[in-house]
Amino acid sequence: MSLRNLPSDSGRRASLVPHGATRIGIYVALGVLVLAAPFLFRGIVTQLAFLWLMILFALTWDILGGQMGYNSFGNILFFGLGCYAAAVVQRDTHLPYFVALAAGMGLSALVALVAAGVLGPLTLGMRGQYFAICTLGLSIAAADLFAGWEFVGAGSGIVPALYPGPVDERNRFFYYVLLALATLTFITLRLLYRTRFGAAINAIRDDEDKAEAMGLHTTRYKVAAWMIAALFLGLAGGPVAGLVGFVDPRDLAFAGATFGVWMVLMAVLGGKGTLWGPVIGAAIFHTTQELFWTYLFGWQRVAMGVLIVAIVVFFPLGIMGWLRARWPQWFGEVVDEAARPARADGAGIGDERAA
Amino acid sequence: MDNLQILAVAPVFNLQLLVDGILIGAVFALAAYGMGLIWGVMRIINIAQGEFVMLGGYVALYAAGAGIPSLATIPIAAIVLLVLGWLLYRIVLFRLVDKDLFTSILATFGLSILLQQIANQMFGANVRSLDSGLGTLSFAGGQITVAEIKLVAFGAVLVLGAALVLFLKMSRLGQALRATAQNAAAARILGIDTDRVYAATFALNAAICGAAGALVAMTWIIHPYLGLTYTVRAFMIVVVAGLGNLLGIAASGAALGIAEQYAGFLLGTEFQTAFLFSVLVVILVARQLALHRQRLYLK
Repeated sequence: MSLRNLPSDSGRRASLVPHGATRIGIYVALGVLVLAAPFLFRGIVTQLAFLWLMILFALTWDILGGQMGYNSFGNILFFGLGCYAAAVVQRDTHLPYFVALAAGMGLSALVALVAAGVLGPLTLGMRGQYFAICTLGLSIAAADLFAGWEFVGAGSGIVPALYPGPVDERNRFFYYVLLALATLTFITLRLLYRTRFGAAINAIRDDEDKAEAMGLHTTRYKVAAWMIAALFLGLAGGPVAGLVGFVDPRDLAFAGATFGVWMVLMAVLGGKGTLWGPVIGAAIFHTTQELFWTYLFGWQRVAMGVLIVAIVVFFPLGIMGWLRARWPQWFGEVVDEAARPARADGAGIGDERAA
Repeated sequence: MDNLQILAVAPVFNLQLLVDGILIGAVFALAAYGMGLIWGVMRIINIAQGEFVMLGGYVALYAAGAGIPSLATIPIAAIVLLVLGWLLYRIVLFRLVDKDLFTSILATFGLSILLQQIANQMFGANVRSLDSGLGTLSFAGGQITVAEIKLVAFGAVLVLGAALVLFLKMSRLGQALRATAQNAAAARILGIDTDRVYAATFALNAAICGAAGALVAMTWIIHPYLGLTYTVRAFMIVVVAGLGNLLGIAASGAALGIAEQYAGFLLGTEFQTAFLFSVLVVILVARQLALHRQRLYLK
């Protein structure tokens, strides 16, 4: 081993994360900026709200994809179920708007948890490529089932209750809801990855057979991890349905070809298996995507395809992985120069949880 | 489910569905054989497989539009896709050969989105088909009809399949290809240029899909977004039959074709795609449970 995780013992070594007052200052400035953003950038509040959704997507995908080594193409399923559950509650109960929204989000969370709890034991026994393609099939089958189901409006979609107020206020409200959800996801995962649970799912990623031989109930951990991802994805469904004002089965709820692939890509771009990677990846990807949609009218989806191939082929380690390979000392690692080439493949990215 | 009664009242419709299913299943089997080929040789699962089928269909469509007789468009589609497949290997795919399967799945997924969107921009999103200019045969007093082109397509698949097997067994390149599939490192030691073999395999696969696509355009419909359904069909057939098991692939293709015909007839066309992807999930879960049982037995 040429790299070891050692406690930082001198001020000589540069660290990526500043300490003390600087650090608190950065967090406070970021917090203020994020809270004030809907008033500073009035024209793009919806896009900013979607940024938080994208961050949530990337973070929840990374629980399985990055931390546990199970690459799902079907996580969008839980988001779609959440959208529909919330919209149905709003349509069929005669509660006041915010009560219905809260009740709808509660049902969304429940439906998503049950779906993950039922599908998990069936699919999470599959390894690698079979799991990836099975989840892809699940999300597309769900899209087509909902597009043919009369109760939820079939192909023409479902309309949730109308927000009682002007459009600007609606956008701002859902911006804060999605901001809160994304922050909650981040904090939950940050705490979770430091526990025994985090160590267990990392062990599953590194060598599932060994983890099982060591006595870990791998299936339980895998299902639990998927349920955590499903919970946050389901919760996000209601606010997004309210923000968009219309749930389309293929273009919003189960949008496998856009959101479903993007969440994988954002995590890969930022760096799989790190906590900040998906956040950074989502921010960069979402900005690029919005620029494509604004300036490449008609060809934006072609450009998106090129971008996907380029990221996967040329940048598989992601931003955090690249930074870590380039400046390992920033991550609190001691570099043994003599033995360094042995690690040139970048293996072990994400060893350090919550980097 | 109303159509269930029709099947009970007029059993001859079953025959119609069976015949259609077997004939269309042969085309699925062709694309599946190609997928099995690159999965076995290159260890890559190509999600862009269905996009090759779709592009082959468009090549046939435009070749026929330029006045070429429709049956002659099949080799043209194959040749154009051969070149495209080779180019894609030289630009992108060669970088994926040694990577893990997830990377290749994600990269070819990106490729599939790219090709699909280019097709959408170039050819438009309309559903199109190519008129083969052949007639329709009727049996059983007109209750069963079979378009002649479907029989021609079935024949073409048999010819192509036989040619492929002969190529793999007899030719130098075919032998090199099988050697690489068995053990790439050993093949390299024995002087096989595996990079060239990979390029040939990928181009050959694209050509097979191109020919299948021309047949699809003539017997059925094409549009830019049908790629993923063909990929999933090919994947299912390969998972059920195994890599390179030609008889198994043919049988699974026919079974899938028949199942889809029944599903389309009984459930209605709006659930046809949902049925296809549900079958995928069911097959994978069943496979998983079967493997799990074997593992318990070993304990």
